[in-house]
Amino acid sequence: MAQDKSERKNEFKTTVDGLPVKRVYLSEDGSGDGSLPGEYPFTRHIMANGYRGRLWTMRLYAGFATVEETNRRYKYLYQQGTTGFSVAFHLPTQEGYDSDHPLSEGEVGKTGVAIDSLQDMEQLWEGIPLGEVSTSMTVNATASIILAMYIAAAEKQGVDRKQLRGTVQNDILKEYIARNTYIFGPKPSMRLVTDVCQFCAEELPEWNSISISGYHIREAGATAIQEAAFTMANGMAYVQAMLDRGMQIDSFAPRFSFFFAANTNLIEEVAKFRALRRIWAKIVKERFHSTNPRSMMLRYHVQTDGFTLTAQQPLNNIVRVTLQALAAVLGGGQSLHTNSYDEALALPTEQAVQVALRTQQIIAEESGVADTVDPLGGSYYLENLTNQIEEGVWKYIKKIDDMGGALEAIRLGYVQGEISRSAYNYQRAVEKSEQTVVGVNKYAVKEEEPPTLLEVDASVGQRQIERLKKLRQSRDNQQVKLALEKVKKVAATDENLMPALIEAVKAYATVGEISGALREVFGEYREPSIL
Amino acid sequence: MTSKNKVIRVLIAKPGLDGHDRGAKVVARGLKDAGMEVIYLGLRLTPEQIAEAAVQEDVDVIGLSSLSGAHMALFPKVVDLIRAKGGKQTLVIVGGIIPQKDIPALKKGGISEVFGPGTPIAEISKYIQTHLQEVKA
Repeated sequence: MAQDKSERKNEFKTTVDGLPVKRVYLSEDGSGDGSLPGEYPFTRHIMANGYRGRLWTMRLYAGFATVEETNRRYKYLYQQGTTGFSVAFHLPTQEGYDSDHPLSEGEVGKTGVAIDSLQDMEQLWEGIPLGEVSTSMTVNATASIILAMYIAAAEKQGVDRKQLRGTVQNDILKEYIARNTYIFGPKPSMRLVTDVCQFCAEELPEWNSISISGYHIREAGATAIQEAAFTMANGMAYVQAMLDRGMQIDSFAPRFSFFFAANTNLIEEVAKFRALRRIWAKIVKERFHSTNPRSMMLRYHVQTDGFTLTAQQPLNNIVRVTLQALAAVLGGGQSLHTNSYDEALALPTEQAVQVALRTQQIIAEESGVADTVDPLGGSYYLENLTNQIEEGVWKYIKKIDDMGGALEAIRLGYVQGEISRSAYNYQRAVEKSEQTVVGVNKYAVKEEEPPTLLEVDASVGQRQIERLKKLRQSRDNQQVKLALEKVKKVAATDENLMPALIEAVKAYATVGEISGALREVFGEYREPSIL
Repeated sequence: MTSKNKVIRVLIAKPGLDGHDRGAKVVARGLKDAGMEVIYLGLRLTPEQIAEAAVQEDVDVIGLSSLSGAHMALFPKVVDLIRAKGGKQTLVIVGGIIPQKDIPALKKGGISEVFGPGTPIAEISKYIQTHLQEVKA
């Protein structure tokens, strides 16, 4: 038997990027860069003691219906042991419309919580001390407005803004590439992004001013290498935009954070995270001449890959999420969201969310993988893949550099085209059964949908619209008008918009009204359709 | 009656504010590869805009996608508007995150078929080929 060299496949490749996989890896195939955890280029971990000091933040993305329901869900999650909040906003809030706008029809409270005004934001955090928690907010085109509301809500609780801990996604470039919740064109959008980053650098020392996201790029179809490369390219574009404003690299880079996906292909994903840490450190040090190691550290949130969830045999998703979460932890992430098994069918139920959270707790407290730093480091295969992924990423970065950087590559449709091609290739591979999806193209059974799914009923939209109507009657509309005029005036200059936005939200101007004021000055963006 | 040789014209669009366009784009490309003429209208569209384009472009099939949960409010509206505009009989098929229990109401609202996550494009293409005849009849 030991001599039997017959194999069950003609060739073995990593499932995502199709890198060739050898029968066995030896010391000459892969070695690390010799750095220790906590040492540049941070391949093994950004901290010397990894998770032995502090575990990752267990942060579940949640938000639906109105602020009452979401506030209840947050309190439930907190009680169950989550260590940070992560707000899902409904699409109208993310795209700058109020709940009563015609385009909001059918969307109110669906993909997240409906936030129209500071009043909603105050109630969202009712009974939750904002000075003590860490909050991540997935919002981009309207990030500046929502951050202004969060600051105002905290100040109403008596919390100094300097104490606030959390993250605002504020990454507009990947919206053009993949996630599609942009409002304005690239130029005014980059100005808003950098307004937020500068404001945070000066006023919110504990706040991550941006979360440069590969997650959505991956979800849209990118491979692991593409996810890593396009995110790095976007990161460089943001750094450059901040430098162009006259900021010093080490005044803002320590508060830049990232967000990636974790796929089921465990070793390839661990390699991706290690390669990413090494690449970002090199970029910040060598290209942007940082001298502060904190600027060079790639700190990131991970979410398990939603696209891999199947509607078929949904309980199998628990296993997928476990492998993906394990990849995230073995990869050394700072924060993790685990998807719920029913999310290919609907928003998750409380029970499904609990399983998702328990998955992280089991990995943290039962598996032992968090007890030593970078436990897979030194594996010939892992080191080999880490090097291969790094090489692939640099190739893309070079290509994008040659085009003139990420903004230009996006304008040309290059990045979008690459992702679309990968998405289509994957679909064809699944249809030809070259790529197995258990329960879908192999081991399929006839089944019924599980009976309990979370539903957001249509009355939510009505309730929210009523509430908005009442607000518009009870607030000082003259003050709102003046505040919106001021927003427009500042928008037309180079001045940082944040103070005017904070003033406007404190006057209870709504997301739609403020976005409307900005639309008047900035205009709107319409995407080129790239198949 | 469509003759066997006439190329099937398909409009793919995303109504509402949902930005998840991976599925819509992959289906658009797949149907194109299957020999159909596909117009991808893009995202953030009102039912009015989609119906208008469908009538103007004289398409045989409309494919709608939504993953945000707005399907009940938006999909049947597209069908109603096409009828109101006096457009020809069109096959309207949809996809996205659509709970099983919403399907009967969608079908009552004029949606021909719902294709959930994991559907092979070949299945959608085959469905179109066989059901277009029925719609015309």
